[in-house]
Amino acid sequence: MSMRTPLGKVRGLGSAKDGTEHWWLQRVTAIANIPLIIFLVIFVIAHLGATRAQLVASIGNPFVAILLALTFISVLWHMRLGLQVVIEDYVHGHAVKFAALLANSFVALLLGVAALFAILKMSFGL
Amino acid sequence: MAEIHNAGRPLSPHLQIYRGGLTMMMSIVHRATGMALYFGVILMVWWLSAAATSDDYFGLVQGFWGSWFGRVVLFGFTWALVHHAIGGLRHLLWDTGRGFELPTVELMAKANLIGSVVITIVLWIIGYGVMP
Repeated sequence: MSMRTPLGKVRGLGSAKDGTEHWWLQRVTAIANIPLIIFLVIFVIAHLGATRAQLVASIGNPFVAILLALTFISVLWHMRLGLQVVIEDYVHGHAVKFAALLANSFVALLLGVAALFAILKMSFGL
Repeated sequence: MAEIHNAGRPLSPHLQIYRGGLTMMMSIVHRATGMALYFGVILMVWWLSAAATSDDYFGLVQGFWGSWFGRVVLFGFTWALVHHAIGGLRHLLWDTGRGFELPTVELMAKANLIGSVVITIVLWIIGYGVMP
């Protein structure tokens, strides 16, 4: 006989109170990262030694801009989830842990907005 | 998230309890490369932001990447990325419930290590090939 309430079962959130969402999103972004990273590596190699004008012209192509934007969204999301686990594993003081988790979220969001701003600015023309 | 009070109670075993092995090292490296990639992404965003800012600033950042130090960082970044990506593929396979037999695990660990070095070197050969 299970001691779990029917409501608890339906919610499926378990003792950690957030279910498998973190684990699942880590996998979803990991799968998305595979093709996106291959694209990013090819893009970077193709622009080694490129002038700024050449780089801006490439990002002017909407397909390139969209793929680049998706790459940063997926990678930063994955990165934030990953570092969150590292912080939860190694940082034990309540205040320090809270500050580190908050900083992790803020840095990821800041990098994401900065990357998207740069991509859109170049894509729409300087 | 209750406070942890360890009044001399036994803890679950941590790293120092186990005899080291390739798979353990690979697990640590997977996490370490993930953390290193955090800084790699910061450098990538710096590069894109510079390109969106001005010719002078972009030249400065390109100069950094072109310097010997920048190339060492970029080489390490490439290896960390490839290693973490292949390591991630192993994890995705394990998520399906496959590949847990010890010989398979050992083989995948070796393939991950060798593959990451080989692919990184190949990418750099291509990189130097296409560079003007």
